[in-house]
Amino acid sequence: MFKKFFPTKILSLSNNIFTILLVLMVSVITVGLINALVTSPPDAIQGDSVRIMYVHVPSSFIAMGCFAFIGIASVGSLIFKIKIFPLMSKSIAPVGSIFCLISLITGSLWGKPTWGTFWVWDARLTSMLILLLFYFVYILIWKFIRNFEKANKISSIIAILGSLNLLIIKYSVDWWNTLHQPSSITFTSAPTIHYTMLIPLILMMVGLIIFTIIIFLMKYKTEIIKFKINKKIKKKNYNNF
Amino acid sequence: MLTKKVKVRISVLFFFILLAVTIALLVLKSLEDNVVYFFSPSEVNSNKNISFNKTIRIGGLVKKDSINKEKNSINFIITDLNNEIIVSYSGLIPNLFSEEKGVVAEGKLKDNKYFIAEKILAKHDENYMPPEVKMALEKAKN
Repeated sequence: MFKKFFPTKILSLSNNIFTILLVLMVSVITVGLINALVTSPPDAIQGDSVRIMYVHVPSSFIAMGCFAFIGIASVGSLIFKIKIFPLMSKSIAPVGSIFCLISLITGSLWGKPTWGTFWVWDARLTSMLILLLFYFVYILIWKFIRNFEKANKISSIIAILGSLNLLIIKYSVDWWNTLHQPSSITFTSAPTIHYTMLIPLILMMVGLIIFTIIIFLMKYKTEIIKFKINKKIKKKNYNNF
Repeated sequence: MLTKKVKVRISVLFFFILLAVTIALLVLKSLEDNVVYFFSPSEVNSNKNISFNKTIRIGGLVKKDSINKEKNSINFIITDLNNEIIVSYSGLIPNLFSEEKGVVAEGKLKDNKYFIAEKILAKHDENYMPPEVKMALEKAKN
């Protein structure tokens, strides 16, 4: 399985896999959305505005998951100097940053009817905004620094620092008083969401994760092609001198 | 795989991460008063040097049967089940504001027991359930 991610293999990754993933994603999201918007009940206290959760929670989860992936891959790339790690993290950053933005926007739309404000500077919201800034800095470093080795080093360090922020996001609601409520789904105890609302949430989560994987694979393929072309150009220039 | 070079990189990275964590912890520790979004009534009560002129936020539960609506203003009691603060406010209140639910009030302290709010935010908890389930739960309680 892991071997499939190596540059030579990923290019031979047939379009069939994309078709399968696409069909899977569309069907899961369709069922999930119907469940989330129509058949699932409104919340006892919040009413229909709870439906924003079905987009907000998966987006936040994916935004944090993608950055965690980037952080781990960065540690790997700094230690083992394997080229596929930076190429993978570079490819997953854009989709992660977009989900981070979606999480912030849907959160703020959800905040107005429930809390009575679009934005507050509490620990959870602020640390999530910092994550978005980390994403932007990470992507911009790859855009502006042309030298691959240099860009890899700087972006890896930024990614490791950003990963520490992930812990702050995760535990902010437990460590400090925040306006944001604590997590409903934890590893240690039963979820505090009724199962009629948990099912569409999980479906949307799965659907959006498949979407993330599709975008990641597409971008990863392009990045590898770009990397190979750059290598060839360098070689050619070198031979000409 | 673990050549000498790799081992050196691992140790350098380890110390780098350790340093970053320490710095982050120190910064967060010193900024704690700003990171905390609101104080509980007990914290206000026990904190001797809390300022009366600065805008602060206090949060807790709205005490049962304490909401007193008048023409333009509303009075209620914020409690954390140990200490209480009387809050006075005039303006819009969020939909989710109700008895025995979380609330955060922004404003100034008059004294240790009396707070004049300029803004009220509702806080909700991590429990989500359909209305029927809630009614069933309440029935079971009584």
